[in-house]
Amino acid sequence: MTSINTDSILETIDMIRVHHLDIRTVTLALSLRDCCDKDVKVVGEKIYNKIIKYAKNLCSMAQEIEEDYSIPIINKRIAVTPISLVGESCDNYDYVYLAKVLDKAAAEVGVNFIGGFGALVEKGCTRGDEALIESIPEALAQTERICSSINVASSKAGINMNAVLKMGKTIKKAAELTADKDGIGAAKLVCFCNVPSDNPFMAGAFHGYGEPECALNVGVSGPGVVRAAIESLPKDTTFGDMANKIKQIAYKITSTGELVGREMAQKIGIPFGIIDLSLAPTPEVGDSVAGIFQAMGLEHAGAHGTTAALAMLNDAVKKGGIMASSHVGGLSGAFIPVSEDAGMIEAATRGCLTFDKLEAMTSVCSVGLDMIAIPGDTSADTISGIIADEMAIGMINKKTTAVRVIPAPNKKEGDKVVFGGLLGEAPIMSINKLSSKDFVRRGGRIPAPIHSLNN
Amino acid sequence: MQDNRSENKIIITISGVDRIGIVSKVTTVLAEYKVNIEDIKQSIMQDYFVMFLLGDISKSDKSFKEIKEAVSKAGEEMGMEIWIQKKQIFDKMHNI
Repeated sequence: MTSINTDSILETIDMIRVHHLDIRTVTLALSLRDCCDKDVKVVGEKIYNKIIKYAKNLCSMAQEIEEDYSIPIINKRIAVTPISLVGESCDNYDYVYLAKVLDKAAAEVGVNFIGGFGALVEKGCTRGDEALIESIPEALAQTERICSSINVASSKAGINMNAVLKMGKTIKKAAELTADKDGIGAAKLVCFCNVPSDNPFMAGAFHGYGEPECALNVGVSGPGVVRAAIESLPKDTTFGDMANKIKQIAYKITSTGELVGREMAQKIGIPFGIIDLSLAPTPEVGDSVAGIFQAMGLEHAGAHGTTAALAMLNDAVKKGGIMASSHVGGLSGAFIPVSEDAGMIEAATRGCLTFDKLEAMTSVCSVGLDMIAIPGDTSADTISGIIADEMAIGMINKKTTAVRVIPAPNKKEGDKVVFGGLLGEAPIMSINKLSSKDFVRRGGRIPAPIHSLNN
Repeated sequence: MQDNRSENKIIITISGVDRIGIVSKVTTVLAEYKVNIEDIKQSIMQDYFVMFLLGDISKSDKSFKEIKEAVSKAGEEMGMEIWIQKKQIFDKMHNI
């Protein structure tokens, strides 16, 4: 074996230095099921102690790995058991208090987000679920690092329209209570269909019921690397060859993530969980999924052909990634958030990327309607209508879909919201003005779909 | 094969404008820190110097971090860009 392969070394350094290859997140997934108690203060104490015990070395170990391989680890995060369950045995529910405890623990160990302030309610809500959903706007307004996700639909259970209705109101209120920060509360709140239980990415990360006591899940990213690889090909490269190139790059990115994940897990002394290869963009120039569409030959994101380009990209990324690790999981694929992607922001601002086109794209992307700012006067019923549509796409197509929209208080079409950091900024997008009220208020569930006669 | 993948192997990549004494300065630091040099490749393209060095740190009594800091400092003093990484990242990324 050659000792030094200069091409490999230069390629790796280029991927990191020029094309923003990074480990997007190392997420400690932790069960809090043993923290239940009748007294909410005791629950809080148990939660705090357990998080500190398991996560105290998370950030320092991540820094060591960064040094070892000179690859940036952008975020250190924690995902916990859905808190609705952890707080449900209490005599008096106080989920806002539990959110504050989680926030304090997250700050203490130095992670920027903690996910799992949520519930799985695709078939119905328990008393704890109801109380938790009720508390979300207040919890998000009074904390900094909490992320909340609610699964309201699945291909097996159908869509819980009562929960969809409730979430429309919850998102609206979460934005209103954080009006001074452009409604950032809603940017940390997401509704899911078919939510994965091992996803390391926020805002949807949580530690599902079928998961072990703890695990380290890793999310890798690199839209810039994929774009550069496609740009290196001749313009008339056929789709088959282009897909192969994406697979090769996805393999390399995922392998790196697997190495980091396993080393990290060993250092902290917990099992390695999964690697999630998601092309997660950032607002930085060159780190954009929209940029990949342009490299493929589309004038901009939103052009006719964008859905096809995304379908191929999402599939090729999964195929390449799956070869590189025994345990690929989470959301693996391509994310299409608006505010977190410089190219998407530009396309939306220019008006060439519309809300409806984004909805179509979510039928083939890895998640859903993500980080889209909509007018502040959008009614809760309309938001429920948006959620219902998106959940239907996931339910029928047996895929994960999600909605993270921000009804930006006091903002209208043409204005913009600025969250800063990875959450970025976004123009307020135009949405359909027709009423969904009588539809979303019917109540009950949309039945689970038939799983045969696939046409 | 197994040995080549061990965590004791490091790759140092140095690049920048060519000048006298680059290799000497870096290798002096490595000798001081008991890092064994197993292979070196270098080239000069239009006055631009690039060197790759494979080292073994198993005999060193210093940690990877300390070695990295010392070599980086030497590189910075000469105005060179310098990358020091455990070799595993290349093995993992470029081999199936």
